[in-house]
Amino acid sequence: MNKELYQPLIFELSHDGRRGYSLPEYQYEDCGYEIPPQLRRSEKLSLPQVDEPTVVRHYTNSSNNNFGVDTGFYPLGSCTMKYNPKANEAMVARAGVADLHPYQPASTVQGALRIYRTLEKALSEIGGMAEFTLNPFAGAHGEYTGLMVIRQYHLSRADEARTRVIVPDSAHGTNPASAHMAGFEIVEVKSLPDGTVDVEDLRSKLDETVAAVMMTNPNTVGMFEKNIPEIAEAVHAAGALLYYDGANLNPMLGVARPGDMGFDVMHINLHKTFSTPHGGGGPGAGPVGVRAGLEKFLPNPRVVENADGSLGVEFGEDSFGQVSAWLGNFTVLIKALSYILTLGAEGIAKVGPLATLNANYIMNSLNDLYLQPIAGPCKHEFVFDGLKDKSTGVTTLEIAKSLLDYGFHAPTIYFPLLFHESIMIEPTETETPETLDAFIATMRKIAEEAISEPDKIKNAPYSTPISHPDEDEAALNPVITYADLCK
Amino acid sequence: MAAENYLPHTAADIDRMLKRCGAEKLDDLYSDVPEQLRLKCPYKLPKGISEPELTRYFDAIAAENKPLRCFAGAGFYHHYTPAAIPALMSRSEFYTAYTPYQPEISQGTLQYIFEYQSMMCALTGLDVSNASMYDGATATAEAVLMAVSASKKKKRVLISATLAPAVATVIGTYAKGAGIIVETIPDDRGETSKREFEEMMGAGDVAAVVVASPNYFGILEDYSGFADICHRCKAYFIVNSHASALGSVRTPAEWGADIACGEAQSLGMPLNFGGPYLGYLCCTKALMRKMPGRIVGATTDRDGKRSFVLTLQAREQHIRRQKATSNICSNQGIMTLHAAIYLSLMGAEGLAKVNELSAEAAHSLARKLCDTGKVRIKYPDKPYLNEFVLEIADQKLSSDKIIEAAAANGILAGVKLTENDLLVCATEMCSPDDIEQYAVMLKSL
Repeated sequence: MNKELYQPLIFELSHDGRRGYSLPEYQYEDCGYEIPPQLRRSEKLSLPQVDEPTVVRHYTNSSNNNFGVDTGFYPLGSCTMKYNPKANEAMVARAGVADLHPYQPASTVQGALRIYRTLEKALSEIGGMAEFTLNPFAGAHGEYTGLMVIRQYHLSRADEARTRVIVPDSAHGTNPASAHMAGFEIVEVKSLPDGTVDVEDLRSKLDETVAAVMMTNPNTVGMFEKNIPEIAEAVHAAGALLYYDGANLNPMLGVARPGDMGFDVMHINLHKTFSTPHGGGGPGAGPVGVRAGLEKFLPNPRVVENADGSLGVEFGEDSFGQVSAWLGNFTVLIKALSYILTLGAEGIAKVGPLATLNANYIMNSLNDLYLQPIAGPCKHEFVFDGLKDKSTGVTTLEIAKSLLDYGFHAPTIYFPLLFHESIMIEPTETETPETLDAFIATMRKIAEEAISEPDKIKNAPYSTPISHPDEDEAALNPVITYADLCK
Repeated sequence: MAAENYLPHTAADIDRMLKRCGAEKLDDLYSDVPEQLRLKCPYKLPKGISEPELTRYFDAIAAENKPLRCFAGAGFYHHYTPAAIPALMSRSEFYTAYTPYQPEISQGTLQYIFEYQSMMCALTGLDVSNASMYDGATATAEAVLMAVSASKKKKRVLISATLAPAVATVIGTYAKGAGIIVETIPDDRGETSKREFEEMMGAGDVAAVVVASPNYFGILEDYSGFADICHRCKAYFIVNSHASALGSVRTPAEWGADIACGEAQSLGMPLNFGGPYLGYLCCTKALMRKMPGRIVGATTDRDGKRSFVLTLQAREQHIRRQKATSNICSNQGIMTLHAAIYLSLMGAEGLAKVNELSAEAAHSLARKLCDTGKVRIKYPDKPYLNEFVLEIADQKLSSDKIIEAAAANGILAGVKLTENDLLVCATEMCSPDDIEQYAVMLKSL
């Protein structure tokens, strides 16, 4: 990265009369039309006027101010930043879907529908579920979809008193937010000191008003909820359903399936576990799986098999509704299928244990300098509660910023909320031991300098395209468009 | 082994690493997973395949897909994708990054989102844009939730019958959880009935009104007076549009809208059988703190250098949990890059030209198809841009018959509305020859 390279906005490169488009000069016959004046745009449209080379150089330089998984190690806890195979990207181009309109006759999109169906079946096998919908666009969207399935299930039984959803206090913020959007009241259940759900507290909250219990397993501190059989039994005995937040599915690949753990509904983040890129914040995909008996409540449209073996698209009557105009972020589905086909049954089964090995290796290489609040082994990720020696006051934020100078992305910080100085590290299985060793050496150096030269750590980063930005100012006086900036 | 190019560990690596962990075998790291839950047999999935085999697999899939010369729209349009866009979007510094939580090493992402927000505000005429929603349907549903939340106790929302059915259905779905009552304003010959609208507003308990421009039938409706009536009744006025049209038609701000939303796929995004697309959501400054999703703002760093950061995060789920404006977090990030590059390349002039070519192609097509005597324009006195409804005049024909026969000829004739009505569109991708071929095909039926 070139720290000195000043990157203007595309608007600042605009020059009247320049253009970057190439369009045909078709002469259509009998094509006269006029937009009536009151229906026309009258305000001048202020877009940049730039030529194509300028646009290409602008965004290429801009990309140099970014850090992706391809740039370096990205141990962002809870986000599963594994390598995004290039074959996945290439298969999108090969699958012949670029020019398929969603509303084409089914007979002309059999290949696309086969991709959907094949992935749906593979995810059902991996999740231990009866059926999946691939329509939801993201993890949070999947949570919402799953909760709407649960809502519809209870309503179909005229069980209208079930208005509450139980969520552990360690859950991702999306869990309560999704439950709220689906119309539920949120009840929090406590965590024990080891980060797992307090089963007694959970039992005391289960009654005929509870629609579902949402769990992440392994949970957000990277621990397996070993009481899950007992929890599933209690939840089902109370007439509620058990929801699996698939954010942390990666370490379970090859080890155990949510369906076998007693979960009724689950979502999977294809952009985490199944290697599709995060795109700087999307598009992802959050397919939702359900156990047998709940399939009919899944959202429309559905891909179905016709009697003659061909595939079709249907709108079912028992569905809770629709969460997307069509069948989801389709090219993301292609990438996930490509990954599953490449790894195959045996390859997928290796993913979980290797992700877990990488995490435990880092944890055991650093827990003499960083405070490990929960005894291991961890699963795919773990949490440190800051430095063991906090005497110089160096914080988790400062440690994270310091890492940026060494070519590493920062871990997730200040989540989960269970600890004051949470640093959450998730290496994923695609990192080599050498990369982990380099990261470990850097973390040790930072821990040592935090004591010997605390000011050095407190003022980091030094080598990034910008130094610490003033976020309070940004929120206090929002400047959110180029027009604001020009004021 | 097919997976090994992604899984670097050798047997020696694993042994060395296990030692550091005080474990003997990988299984020891899972001692907390009860035996009865363990996967007993391997996944019932095929064996992994190599890259050459993978390409054969997807080539076979591609052979089962038949791209057609596209005269279908219904919210999703076949526009040209400038070659520079896929080239730039394949920069893996962009597409392999996460949400820009670390601004120091995410200025690339943050800057293009800021540019995107600026461009969407320019297009819609409103003050604030978020950093994207999943698609046009969910963006419109979130617009409704946002308006209802801003209007405190009112729970009744009116949506026009001229909205796309998929958008209306998604609004209906999202309304269930929020306890919102959605009522449809009937249409009057392809347009929102103003008389019914005024009557339905009478009770004074409406939180928001949603209309479309252009509407589902391609018609450019005249919404003069709608915003005034809404605002007099303290209801928010929401205008749904597909983004490229806004380069030429009266903007949501010019109609007096408080919120503009819809599908941005028409900004040259490949059809890709339904996605990924891009929902946009813009609003007035007054509603800014009710906005769901990410927003990027400008600030300065310690050295006084202009910098971009995620801002106004107190609205969001990772801070507010169930009290957040929405559960949405990361959404369609890289598609905002697509939109920003597209709008940079096209500029106002290119966008107007795309609309002009599309409108000319559509009007030429409409006349040529009507000249066959098999169909007629259903709403002949209504102005439209690139899309229109055909009514089938020939008793022997139906929407399905036309679509089927056209598909056999490599043409996507349109989208079926009813047995007798077909929604047809054209863009700059339709040459005069393509139009001629469609007309000849129809005539032969």
